[in-house]
Amino acid sequence: MITTFKGNVWKYGDNINTDVIFPGKYTYQKMEPEEMAKHALEDLDPEFVNKVKNGDILVAGKNFGMGSSREQAAVAIKYAGIRVIIAKSFSRIYFRNAINAGMPAIKSPEAVESIKNGDEVTVDMEKGEIITPKGTFSFPPYPQTVMDILNSSGLINYIKSKIINK
Amino acid sequence: MGKTFVEKLMSKKAGKDVSAGAIVSIEPDYVMSHDNAAAISNTFKKIGIEKVKYPERVVIILDHEIPAPKESSAANHKEIRQFVNEQGIANFFDINNGICHQIFVEQGFAMPGKLIAGSDSHTTTYGALGAFSAGIGRSEVAAIWATGELWFQVPETIKIVINGQLPPHITPKDIVLYIIGQIKADGADYKSVEFTGDTVGAMGIGERMVLTNMAAEMGAKNGYIPPDQITFNYLKGRAKGAFEPLYSDEDAMFFKTIEFDVSQIPPSAAKPHTVDNYAPIDEVAGIKIDQALIGTCTNGRLSDLEAAAKILKGKKVKVRTLIIPASWSVYKEALKKGYIETFIDAGALVLNPGCGPCLGAHQGVMAPGEVTFSTANRNFKGRMGCRESEIYLGSPLSVAASAVTGEITHPGRFL
Repeated sequence: MITTFKGNVWKYGDNINTDVIFPGKYTYQKMEPEEMAKHALEDLDPEFVNKVKNGDILVAGKNFGMGSSREQAAVAIKYAGIRVIIAKSFSRIYFRNAINAGMPAIKSPEAVESIKNGDEVTVDMEKGEIITPKGTFSFPPYPQTVMDILNSSGLINYIKSKIINK
Repeated sequence: MGKTFVEKLMSKKAGKDVSAGAIVSIEPDYVMSHDNAAAISNTFKKIGIEKVKYPERVVIILDHEIPAPKESSAANHKEIRQFVNEQGIANFFDINNGICHQIFVEQGFAMPGKLIAGSDSHTTTYGALGAFSAGIGRSEVAAIWATGELWFQVPETIKIVINGQLPPHITPKDIVLYIIGQIKADGADYKSVEFTGDTVGAMGIGERMVLTNMAAEMGAKNGYIPPDQITFNYLKGRAKGAFEPLYSDEDAMFFKTIEFDVSQIPPSAAKPHTVDNYAPIDEVAGIKIDQALIGTCTNGRLSDLEAAAKILKGKKVKVRTLIIPASWSVYKEALKKGYIETFIDAGALVLNPGCGPCLGAHQGVMAPGEVTFSTANRNFKGRMGCRESEIYLGSPLSVAASAVTGEITHPGRFL
């Protein structure tokens, strides 16, 4: 079950697109998630993969993940160590891909405004709270379907469990 | 209170009355994938069931790296062909067809009132024929292959009304780049976008597809154009089966309605590195280019090649010019009409139908410091394989004019 995340923040701007998160030239190469992780944010911040720590939190401006439907843009970030993404808003396919990869994507423009790069932030999924050095911000709970997918660590496990339970 | 097109379609599919905001598990009529079908088949196998639930609903079209530029792509294609055989997937289109979005429409899978999902963000294109079509992720396609259904949130709808007689140098691409410049890349995030108005009604299917293709670049979940006689004529003898057109009610609740008069707009360009970085062409005119690209799922159809040929006829290009018809049937038509000969005589390279260099995998990747003027739908940093290069976007007329001069040029100069 997903409950609470605590980690240090990597903060980026608005309209971060999938080509800079996971370049198109790699999308048709067969890669395991660990290999995808080595290219996470390659054309945005080449230092990211060298310095990111397991459990870190990614924070971004509006329309995070715009562009391609490539799922690796979510998987690469997750396997690089990021546990949760907080943004002012998400592009819709990216939002789905993050959830389906078992990585919460939380929309909170207020929290994003208050968070600085490197801050330590806590996200409480049950209470729907983001605790930053400048204050606590609440976000609405996910619909049940989405929580079920996250609690199964992603869509594929969720489908598996549904098929088994039938 | 009436309903929007998408509310009606999702209500019909869900078997209950739903409105914007509801989450429904529904069965797509078709699910499209391309070269990423290899990765999807691996995910599918992890679910642990043997057979695709509805193989007749699966459409796979190879287009991203065709023919295979390297061993890994060839292995990828091989894996897909094996999977297609194992699963008895009849709707498979190998490397000798063309771009998935063009083939999907040409083959008659895109029909009014159908629900279509695809593992490509420009799946929005099929709305030009009155379908609901949305891009989804790879795992989601695997889930549909396994169970036949997927969760969707019923979106709110933005109505975009386009009116005005188009000047000869203005194309649907100019209109849509202009609109994206106004409403921005997140202007329609999560929304269904309905394009209407006299200008849209006067467009052919190929031109309408430019609008719905680019709906993805405003963040839209889907783009939709109400089907009319032009749609029905196109589908005669082509549609894969019966269909029921659906339309928004007069009193439906729209999130907002935006009106554009396009009779006076200048040719549009998008500057690096975002599609909403709009400029009227005069603002960027004179910028030197190294490569011109005419094609892709946005602008590789007959009307686009006709526009390019009109400008290139009897002239020579000054820069590397890549021309990629969207499908072999487009290629053949262009051949009959003499456009291909015009391109060859002008010194352009005519490539095999496919995605080409649009996503930076092969067939014209760029070197550091280079500039491409392209008819594609994206100009993100690194998109064409090199993060130190720049991409400008424009119409086939503008790109062809610029290929002749070697710098970004107003197409009116040659018309």
